[in-house]
Amino acid sequence: MNGAIEAPTIEYGQLMPMLLVFGAAVVGVLIEALAPRYLRKAIHVPVTLLSLAGAFALIILQAVRDGVPEQASAMGAIAVDGPALFIWGVILVLAFISMLLINDDDQFVAQAAAVPGSPEEEDAVAQGGAHTEVYPLALFAIGGMLLFSSANDLLIMFVALEVMSLPLYLLCGLARRRRLLSQEASVKYFLLGAFSSGFFLYGMALVYGFAGTVDLGGISSALASVGGQDSLLYIGVALLGVGLFFKIGAAPFQAWKPDVYQGAPTPITALMASGTLVAAFGAVLRVFWVALGNLDWDWRPVMWAVAILTMVVGAILAITQTDIKRMLAYSSIAHAGFLLIGVIATGDAEQNSGSLSGILFYLLTYGITTVGAFAVVTMVRDAGGEAGHLSRWAGLGKRSPLLAGIFAFFLLAFAGIPLTSGFFGKYAVFAPAVSGGALGLVVVGVISSAVAAFFYVRVIVLMFFSEPAADGPTVALPSVGTAAVVTIAAAATVVLGVFPQPVLDLADQAASALFIR
Amino acid sequence: MPWLSTLIAVPVVGAVAVALLPKGADKLAKQVALVVSLVVLALTLAVTIQFSPRGERFQYVETYDWIPSFGVHWGLAVDGIALVLIALSAVLVPVVILASWHDADGTGADNPPKRSVKTYFSLLLVLEAMMIGVFAATDIFLFYVFFEAMLIPMYFMIGSYGGVQRSYAAVKFLLYSLFGGLLMLVAVIALYGIAGRNTFMFPELVGVITDPTTQKWLFLGFFIAFAIKAPLWPFHTWLPDAAAQAPAGAAVLLVGVLDKVGTYGMLRFCLELFPDAAKFFTPLVLVLAVVGIVYGAIVAIGQTDMKRLIAYTSISHFGFIAMGVFAMTADSAAGATLYMVNHGFSTGVLFLVAGFLIYRRGSAYIADYGGVQKVAPLLAGAFLIAGLSGLSLPGLSSFVSEFMVLIGTFSSEAVAGINYAVFAIIATTGVILAAIYILWMYKRVAGGPTAESVAGMKDLNGREKWVVAPLIALIIGLGFYPKPLLDVINPAVDTTLANVSVTEHQAPVPVAEQKGAGE
Repeated sequence: MNGAIEAPTIEYGQLMPMLLVFGAAVVGVLIEALAPRYLRKAIHVPVTLLSLAGAFALIILQAVRDGVPEQASAMGAIAVDGPALFIWGVILVLAFISMLLINDDDQFVAQAAAVPGSPEEEDAVAQGGAHTEVYPLALFAIGGMLLFSSANDLLIMFVALEVMSLPLYLLCGLARRRRLLSQEASVKYFLLGAFSSGFFLYGMALVYGFAGTVDLGGISSALASVGGQDSLLYIGVALLGVGLFFKIGAAPFQAWKPDVYQGAPTPITALMASGTLVAAFGAVLRVFWVALGNLDWDWRPVMWAVAILTMVVGAILAITQTDIKRMLAYSSIAHAGFLLIGVIATGDAEQNSGSLSGILFYLLTYGITTVGAFAVVTMVRDAGGEAGHLSRWAGLGKRSPLLAGIFAFFLLAFAGIPLTSGFFGKYAVFAPAVSGGALGLVVVGVISSAVAAFFYVRVIVLMFFSEPAADGPTVALPSVGTAAVVTIAAAATVVLGVFPQPVLDLADQAASALFIR
Repeated sequence: MPWLSTLIAVPVVGAVAVALLPKGADKLAKQVALVVSLVVLALTLAVTIQFSPRGERFQYVETYDWIPSFGVHWGLAVDGIALVLIALSAVLVPVVILASWHDADGTGADNPPKRSVKTYFSLLLVLEAMMIGVFAATDIFLFYVFFEAMLIPMYFMIGSYGGVQRSYAAVKFLLYSLFGGLLMLVAVIALYGIAGRNTFMFPELVGVITDPTTQKWLFLGFFIAFAIKAPLWPFHTWLPDAAAQAPAGAAVLLVGVLDKVGTYGMLRFCLELFPDAAKFFTPLVLVLAVVGIVYGAIVAIGQTDMKRLIAYTSISHFGFIAMGVFAMTADSAAGATLYMVNHGFSTGVLFLVAGFLIYRRGSAYIADYGGVQKVAPLLAGAFLIAGLSGLSLPGLSSFVSEFMVLIGTFSSEAVAGINYAVFAIIATTGVILAAIYILWMYKRVAGGPTAESVAGMKDLNGREKWVVAPLIALIIGLGFYPKPLLDVINPAVDTTLANVSVTEHQAPVPVAEQKGAGE
C-alpha cells in the first residue's frame, strides 16, 4: 500500500472511432465560439461529415487489420467487440445520412430563444439567423450513441445515456415551424427522459448493492456467487429495465415517442428513430445478455409481456393516427417489439449468435428505411411547413409519382413484404426465435405485422387511389442532401431486399463471438 | 439454357422497358407489352414441347444459392402440374393485354378517368413474371417470396384502375392475402427449423416431417394461406369485391391464375409435405369444398352484378378443385389440375366478354342489359359459349375436368378406407345450379327484347375477336381432346399421390397395407 495510483491503460486505437466523433464535436463547439457567423456552416458541414466518415473508415480498419478485440478496453469499461463494431458501423451510416438531412437549414429555428410569433423571431428570420449549434450537438448525441451501445459497465452506460440524450432534448425543440409543438415535445422528452434516467440510476445503485460492482461481467459472476440479496437484484433489474425500455420506446413506456417524433424537426426525428433505437438496443442486449444472461428465467416472462404489449400497442394505436410522423412513431414502437423477440430468443451460444445476427441485420434495414421515410416527409410541404396530416397526402401519387412510389416502397418495407429489406429483417429475427422456442411471440409478431400492414397500406391508398386535394401540398424540390438520402435509402432497401447475403454474412461474423465480458 | 429463369426475366425486362417509355407513348407501351408477352408465350411453348411427360418428375432444374445463411435457393423446375399452369399464365397474359387495350385510356362508357397506360401494362408484365415464378419455384422460401410479392402489382391494378369502390376492394384483397401469407410464413419458418436440413428445397423436405402433431400445425399454416388465396368458403369474401372492382383484364388474371396458386399449393405443398395431416383433415376440407360449391352457386344466382356473379361461380368451381385435390385419387387430382387450367380459360373469356359489355354500356348490372344478341350477335355468342363452358356442358373443356373430379371423388373408397362418395353426390347439385345462374344471366343480358340502352351496341371488333377466338378454340379443343394436357398432368399427379402414400386403381385395402404399397 504505497498509495500510488496506477494510470489506467486505455486502448486508444480501439476507441478511436468514438474519440474522433467526440473530438469533432468539441471542435464544433470551438467553431461556434471562434468562427464568424457567416462561415460557421461552411466549416461545420465538412468537419461533421468527415469525422463520421473517418470514424466509419476506422471501424473497417480495425475489423480488417486488427480483427475483433477479445478484451474489453479502457480497464473493462468499454467493450469494442464484434457486435459493438457492427452497431457502431450502423450508427455511423445512419448518422451520416441523417446529417445530410440535418444539413437542410430550412428545418431549424432561426433563434431558439425568441418567443414564437414575437418580433424578435421575425427579426431573426429576417436576418437569416440559424442555429449552427445543431452540428456539434448532433455529434455529441452520436458519440453518446456509440458509447451507449458499447458500454461494458453500468456507470459508463449511464454517462453515455446522458451524453446521448441531453443534446437530443435540445435538438427536439429547434423546429422552425410549429414551434410550440416542438418546444412541448422537447420539454416532454426531457422530463420523461430525466425520469427514466432516474430509474436507470436507481436500478444501477440497487444492482450495485447486490453485486458490489457495476461491471457487466462482474454482475454476471455475482449472480452465481452472491446469495440472499435477491430482492435488491430483482428491484434493481426492474428499474434498469424501465430505463432501457423507455429509450427503445417499448410499451408501457412508449408514450413519449409519438409526441416527440411529431414535434421534433424531422431530420432530428430521423436521427432519433434510427440511431437512438440502434444504440439503445445495443445497450439492452448488453445488460440483459451479458450482465443478466444467467437470470433469463426471471426476466424472460416479463420481457415476453413487454414484447407482446409493445407490438400490439404499436400496431393498433398506429391505425388511429392521422399524422404521418405520429404514425411512423407508432410503427417504430411496433418494430421495437419485433426486435425484442430477438432479445428474448436466447439459448445456447449458437442460438444466441443467430438471434444476435438477426437483430443486427434488422437494425440496419429498419434504420435506413426509416431515415429514408422521414426524408420523404420533409419534402411534402404546404403553406405551414411539412404537410403532417395524412389527409393532405391524398393523391400524391398523381402529382409526383416517383416520390410517392418511393415512399410506398418504404412503407411496404416496413410492412415486411418480400423483395424489400424489411422482409429479410423480420425473417432474420423471427427464424431464430422459432428455433429458440419463442413460437408464440412470433405468432403475435406476425399478427401484429398484419395489423400494421393495414395502416401502411392505408397511406398507399391515400397517395395512389384518392383524388388529390385541390389545395394539396407541394413537393419541395429536394436539396442535394435530401435527394441523396432518399436515393441511398431506396437503393439500400432494394439491394438488401434482393441480395441480403453479404450483409448477413457481416452480421453473422459480428455476432459469431457474441459479446465479450 | 436456363429456360425458366429466362421466362421470368423476359417479362421483368419488358416491364422495366415499358415503364421507362416517355410519357405520351401509350400506344407504343401497349405494343411493347404485347410483343413481350408473345415472346414469353413462344418460350413457354418451346419449354412445353421439350418437356417429356414420362421423364424425370422435375425438369429444367435450376438451383443457385441465393441466401446461404437462410438456406434459400433460386431453385426453379417444373413438373407436369406446374408446367400446365405456367402455360395457362403465358396464354392468358397476351390475351388480357389485347383485351385491356383501352382499359386505362379512360374511354369506357362509364367515363372512367384517364390513367397511366404504361404503368398498367408494366404491372401486368411484372405480374406475369411472378406468376411464372410462383409455379416454377422449387424452393419453398422462393415460392413464398413470389406468393407475397405478386400481391403488390395486383393490388395496384385493382386500386388504381378498378371501379368505383376500387380502393376498398384492393385493401381487402391485400389484407386478406397478406394475413394468410403471414400465417404461412410462420409455418415456413417452423418447417425449416423442425426439419433441420438447412435448406428450403422442396424435394429435400418431402417426407421429413413425421411427427403427426407437428404435421397438423404446419399443414394448417399452409392450408389457411392457400384457402384464403383459392378461395375456399368461408375465406372467400374478398374475392367478389376484388373481382368486381378490378378491371376485366386484371380480374381474369386474379381469378384465372392468382387464385390457382392456392389450389396448386394445396396439391404441391399441403399434400406432399404433410401427407398424414392432409389425410386427417380431408373430411373437413371436403366439407368446406362442398359447402363452397353449393353456396357459391346459390349466391351466384342472386347476383345483380355480372362480375360479382362470375366471381361467385368461381368460388363454386374452386370448391370442385379443392375437392378433387383432397379426394386424393388419381382421377380426382388429375381432374382438379385440369380444372385449374380449364377454369382459367372459361372464366377468363367470361370475364373478358363481360368486360366488353361493360365497356360499351358503362354498367355491370345485369338489369341494364337486354336483347344483346340481336344487336351484337358475336358478342352474345361468345358470352354464351363462355357461359356454357362455365356450367360444364359436355363437349366444352370444363366438363371433362368436372366429370373427372366427381367420378374420382365418388370412387374414393380406396383412400384411407373412407368413402367420400356422398360429397360427390352433393357436389353434383352444383352442376345443376350452374345451369341456372349461367343461363338465367344469359337470358337477361342477351335474350328478350333489346333494351333501349343497348340499342346502338357495336359487335366485336377485330381486336376483340382476336381476344375471344383463341380462348374459345382452346375451350372447344380441350373439351373434345384433353389428352395432350392429361398426358402431361397424369405422371406428375401420380408422383404426387405416391408421395402421399396413396396408390390408385387398386381394390380397397386396409390402411396399413396400403401405406406399405405406396412406399
